[in-house]
Amino acid sequence: MQRDTRESTTSNNGQHNNADLNAPQNVVDAAALGSVEPVLPTTGITVTAEPPKKQRPWPDLLQLFTANPRMTIGFCIVGFFVLMALIGPFIARQSPTHFSNDLFQPPSATHWLGTTQKGEDIFAQLVYGARISLLISFVAATGATMLSIFFGLTAGYFGGVVDDVLSFLTNMFLILPGLPLSVVIASFSPIKGATTIIFVLLVTSWPWGARVLRSQTLSMRQREFVEAARTVGESPWRIIFFEIFPNEIAIVASSFVGTFVYAALTEVALEFLGLGDVTVPTWGVILFWAKAENALEIGGWWLFAPPGLCVAILCAGLTFINFGIDELANPRLRREAKPKTIRARRSAIYPIPTHS
Amino acid sequence: MRHLLRRVGFYLAALWASATINFLIPRLMPGDPVQAYLGRMEGHGSISASALQALRVEFGISDAPLWIQYFQYLGNLLHGNLGVSIPSFKPVTEILAYDLQWTLALVGVATVISFVLGTMLGVIVSWKRGSWLDTIAPPLLTFFSAVPYFWMALGLVYIFGFVLSWLPIGGGFDTLNPDLEIGWNWDYIFSVLQHAFLPALTIVVGSMAGWVLSMRNTMITTLSEDYVLMAQAKGLSEKRVMFAYAARNAILPSITGFAMSLGFVVGGALLTEIVFSYPGIGFDLFNAVLNVDYSLIEGTFLVIAIAMLAANFLADVVYTILDPRVRQERA
Repeated sequence: MQRDTRESTTSNNGQHNNADLNAPQNVVDAAALGSVEPVLPTTGITVTAEPPKKQRPWPDLLQLFTANPRMTIGFCIVGFFVLMALIGPFIARQSPTHFSNDLFQPPSATHWLGTTQKGEDIFAQLVYGARISLLISFVAATGATMLSIFFGLTAGYFGGVVDDVLSFLTNMFLILPGLPLSVVIASFSPIKGATTIIFVLLVTSWPWGARVLRSQTLSMRQREFVEAARTVGESPWRIIFFEIFPNEIAIVASSFVGTFVYAALTEVALEFLGLGDVTVPTWGVILFWAKAENALEIGGWWLFAPPGLCVAILCAGLTFINFGIDELANPRLRREAKPKTIRARRSAIYPIPTHS
Repeated sequence: MRHLLRRVGFYLAALWASATINFLIPRLMPGDPVQAYLGRMEGHGSISASALQALRVEFGISDAPLWIQYFQYLGNLLHGNLGVSIPSFKPVTEILAYDLQWTLALVGVATVISFVLGTMLGVIVSWKRGSWLDTIAPPLLTFFSAVPYFWMALGLVYIFGFVLSWLPIGGGFDTLNPDLEIGWNWDYIFSVLQHAFLPALTIVVGSMAGWVLSMRNTMITTLSEDYVLMAQAKGLSEKRVMFAYAARNAILPSITGFAMSLGFVVGGALLTEIVFSYPGIGFDLFNAVLNVDYSLIEGTFLVIAIAMLAANFLADVVYTILDPRVRQERA
């Protein structure tokens, strides 16, 4: 089964005829990226599978991080916030909920990012908040991705009535307005806090991934290696999760990152509306209190700027990672693509561009 | 045709499902609107049993089994009866009908502007592949699309409302000016435009990136097509090749996206409306949540859901009309 998978990805690369992906040491990258590209039928092209190389996961992983400049930037940004969440609380010299006597101070040496109207240190709130905000988004994105894998692959593989029912569910949740639904559920919920927010994010974010995975699985189902596994008599679940799933890792990764962005933005928004636990300082809760105490109207920019900027930079970093995944998986989007050659070719054919 | 009928069936089912979710969520959670109302009235004296009963009737709460309540609810919906809002005791439909105009005008116009500007920029950026514009614009726009909408709104409030005090920071028009007559006169229109400027700017800047990037990505694929090369080889003007050959074929996904985004016009600017206290549907939902106003929450959610369904249906229809391949494939 392993061999089949590798064969199919290698044949993809052969067809792209792309130097980067063809380099033998990149086999693991390519396998990890699977086949987002709609794959052309393999007729006429004979591909001999390379002998399985000894796998060295770490150098290859490093290569994945540095393969694409956007991806590198993205990983650096996300890494920074993870570090901030991990070690930040040791750097902050105050408890985030400690009321000091410095009320509503702009940023200074003692309070790096200033204080709130109650004298809480914003820097401390920000780094403790990073922990909670990242954790909520991560848990929600992981859960939603798992749901979408289950729904997408099951619907795509079994087809028929199963597909009809699951696709209907997926499309229906896709069409429900996410943020308003989150607001409605969170506002009616008797418990306020992380659990409710994670639940709401799960409910509203799984269908995107499920739809993409379903259509990919539909095309994957026809492939020879799946056919082979079926003939050998493998159970459907084994085929779905051990044969098909590894080929969809790139889509899963990209949908995970996308869901993470959605979760981070929505989490901050819900908390900003006061639908979270407003006693626990997170990025959204800082914004909630800033708004509740009218900090903007009296010029307290330091209450608003840091948390929003953090979310924005984090989400931009995640989006960069997604661009990187897209570009690795779809060579056409890469920088050295064709329009330049068109221009070059044009000037060769038609040397004097008088119209422009 | 059969395809469209299937879609109509799907949207009807989805509509029913939204209504059902809307019915179930509040009723499965503890608490009811009367208790919430009384909770807010605390300190205003006690309430007699008959008054309590009257309130329960007014809010449409009964002790009947859930399924009977469900059919009553569906019946009310079909009659366009969404209940009464608690603080004002106005019918929910009346509130929504008035506020819908504000939302449609503000977000509708902003969405169109954002789509037109974004798509144009996408065409230009992809055409000038590798230029400084192409290097700077996509990352910058990515950052803007990652910025939380409401946070950008807060920033604009701070800069234009507080630091510069150029523009008003809340409301739909100047409510403090007693001379202002509501109607088609210049003062009023000017006031409305003045108040709409910042929220509209937020929506345009926040949503433009998506249009630019999606247009850019399809344009890049289209630009490598042979007919584009052919057009250039024929010596057609750059503008003609860019718009009539490349962009025209690349715009299809964006058009569908635009039709779908019309669904977000009603509910998508929730946070922007809240930050600017703009008297639209999103602000209604926020106030309803604050006031524990169950009927208004349900009503706004239903309106938003219906808008989404309608826009998606529109997108389906547009797609079928614009792309003959879809028609044939599914026929």
